[in-house]
Amino acid sequence: MEFSFTDEQKMIQDTAQSFLAELSTSNAIRSAMNTEQGFDNDTWQKICSQMYWQATHIPEEYGGMGLGYVELAIMLEKMGQHLLCSPFLSTVCFGANALIVAGSEEQKQQYLSQICEYGLTATLAYTSSNGIWDAEAVQAVVKPQGDGYLLSGTYRYVLDGHTADTLIVAARSEKTQGDDGISLFIVEANTSGIKRTWLPTMDQTRKQAEIVFNEVELKATALMGEYQRAWPALKQIIDLATIAIAAEQVGGAQKVLDLSVEYTKERVQFGRSVASFQAVKHQAADMMMRTEVARSAIYYAACVAQEVLSNCVSLSELSEAASVAKAYCSDSYFKNAGDAIQLHGGVGFTWEYDVHLYFKRAKSSEVLLGNSAFHRERVAKLLLD
Amino acid sequence: MKLSFSSEDEKFRAEIAQWLSDNLVGEFEQLKFRGGPGDEHMFPEERKKWEQKLAQGGWTCVGWPTEYGGRGCSIEQQVIFNEEYARAGAPGRMGHIGEGLTGPTLIAFGSEEQKQKYLPGIIAGNDLWCQGYSEPGAGSDLANVSTKAHFDQEKGKWIITGQKVWTSLAHESDYIFVLARTDPDSKAHKGLGFFLVKMDQPNIDVRGIKQITGTCEFNEVFFDEAQCDAQDIVGEPGNGWAIAMGLLGFERGVSTLGQQMQFQNELNQIITAAKANGSHQDPVIRQRIADAHIGLKIMRYNSMRMLSGGGNNGELRQEALIYKLFWASWHRDLGELAMDVLKAEAEILESAPYNLTRMQSMYLFVRSDTIYGGTNEIQRNIIAERGLGMPKEQRLIKNS
Repeated sequence: MEFSFTDEQKMIQDTAQSFLAELSTSNAIRSAMNTEQGFDNDTWQKICSQMYWQATHIPEEYGGMGLGYVELAIMLEKMGQHLLCSPFLSTVCFGANALIVAGSEEQKQQYLSQICEYGLTATLAYTSSNGIWDAEAVQAVVKPQGDGYLLSGTYRYVLDGHTADTLIVAARSEKTQGDDGISLFIVEANTSGIKRTWLPTMDQTRKQAEIVFNEVELKATALMGEYQRAWPALKQIIDLATIAIAAEQVGGAQKVLDLSVEYTKERVQFGRSVASFQAVKHQAADMMMRTEVARSAIYYAACVAQEVLSNCVSLSELSEAASVAKAYCSDSYFKNAGDAIQLHGGVGFTWEYDVHLYFKRAKSSEVLLGNSAFHRERVAKLLLD
Repeated sequence: MKLSFSSEDEKFRAEIAQWLSDNLVGEFEQLKFRGGPGDEHMFPEERKKWEQKLAQGGWTCVGWPTEYGGRGCSIEQQVIFNEEYARAGAPGRMGHIGEGLTGPTLIAFGSEEQKQKYLPGIIAGNDLWCQGYSEPGAGSDLANVSTKAHFDQEKGKWIITGQKVWTSLAHESDYIFVLARTDPDSKAHKGLGFFLVKMDQPNIDVRGIKQITGTCEFNEVFFDEAQCDAQDIVGEPGNGWAIAMGLLGFERGVSTLGQQMQFQNELNQIITAAKANGSHQDPVIRQRIADAHIGLKIMRYNSMRMLSGGGNNGELRQEALIYKLFWASWHRDLGELAMDVLKAEAEILESAPYNLTRMQSMYLFVRSDTIYGGTNEIQRNIIAERGLGMPKEQRLIKNS
């Protein structure tokens, strides 16, 4: 048992810190979030061609760096801390993970190598308008047609769905429900019959889209994994992505704490620094407690994810680790962000200060892939049913 | 980062598990899952014998260096020992103060003579220690101790007068270490001494404090010109605060993993009760049980982080600074959950006059967790000041 970073991992952390501090400034965030696309092309290219971050945990045979999920989590924590606007989460943690878990050898060769080589973007679409995140979220319908398939349905809340080059979509066979009858496909986003619409969101730093499939014809080669039996794979993809979001949340929770400590130290009232008041210190202490404990949760979850990808541990352990991390990190980030507004006083309520950006990201991350109550119920099922 | 233990460590795990299964039998069977927090008053004589049994197997002081008679276990092995100990339901340790506090303090700061005089008794499980820090006027403000010690040249002894309070198991202990003021004119951290004092002497009076649970684990200890030998001061007079605090830098929380196994036993009991009375179908209870489970899991991961990656120059790292606040708050909430799961049955005692069920006892006892060993409020001050670099509390200058 060793639960601390190697020198190489510390180096990755330091590099990510300095790179993002320079690149993801408040101005850069604000300029990216005001576009429909939601990210800056040059920044994304720098990440992909200079840093190869998108290739971190992709196996070497597909052009990746072959590092682990812990390394990925380290970067994601830093991205969350710097509120990076990019298609990294959608491409790497949904798209690449889907390919790694469910892709055929040909699909991996084709798509993973393009992600590694030039930052092809991808995302996962499985949720409908019912607003839930488990198997029942899959409402799009697919049926065999000729050698291929015919897919119809509406997806909502798809991360970067309006800009991604490639879509991985889940659909179910008619008259199936729950875990049954679910299939996964990979398809070019510009395929005819696919209509993609940006959904403006309260958190402007992460973009969502609605995607409508209107009798879209899919080739047989579009199928990922086994027809009608893709739920275990999809669940694993979702669990892996859940851990990734939790890692980002920890970074955000840390950042709002840092901002609050910095601000309250500088701010003087009643002739003393606001940070010297015990009511303020105690709130900050609670924020630090949540952040550190959340960090312990994601390091563990990332280790489990790594072991799953190396086929070492069972999938139920992954689900539990994902839910433990997401439940705790969601609450921690949101509470910290709310406290940060409070500790900033009036300026925390302004558009000018960055706190509101984190407050909004905290809520959107909490909602994404299920809030803490959803994940606690998943844990309750394991314990009580 | 890796989650698994080496095969050598797993062999060690099998060894301790086997020893416990072979030895926690017969007269010791009744001690299973007893003597933990809130239950420390139970079976003292039997648990003293158990300490000696452990010692015979070489299972006391496993983390001490071999040159001082310990087992020299690595951090990993200490983790494993504590996990297996709690998993087997082995009883709450009566020797934990000597093993966890006195011994390491003497190893770090004690004279050769002190080590030879005191360490063997701790290792053998014969000498039980208690801790004389808190006083009626020195709780959170620990440095405000007013117990006094002066050296009597004629007798060649230190003479100690004052009162300690909240002393766990003082009535069962052979020795007490005492923080006392050697310089009567000194204030706060300065002018203190750290003394090793034999309990069995006429000038020490121990009185139990009846607690919220109706039981007495804690005591008041009165010193009326109690004595200890000239050699029984650790370090120099005036240096006691550094000795008392020095230990915090060494304690990396190995024992916390054993504590967590006890928490797991309590949570399991709650889950069993919930399934038995149907409250496991109540959506609110489901959320709270899951929340407790999540908190305990994360507590374990946090401890693993605390234990990994070597020391940090004696300073507690961020994840260690927040640990007490986290587990104490978690445990307090667990007590409330236990009662809410039991519904109306929560009120009904095991028997008159005031015999609590294990869950009731836990529920009441956990109210002390957020108070002893640094209240939540003190913990938050420490976190804010040391962890976040926020300004220190202003201290009032005392004129008295």
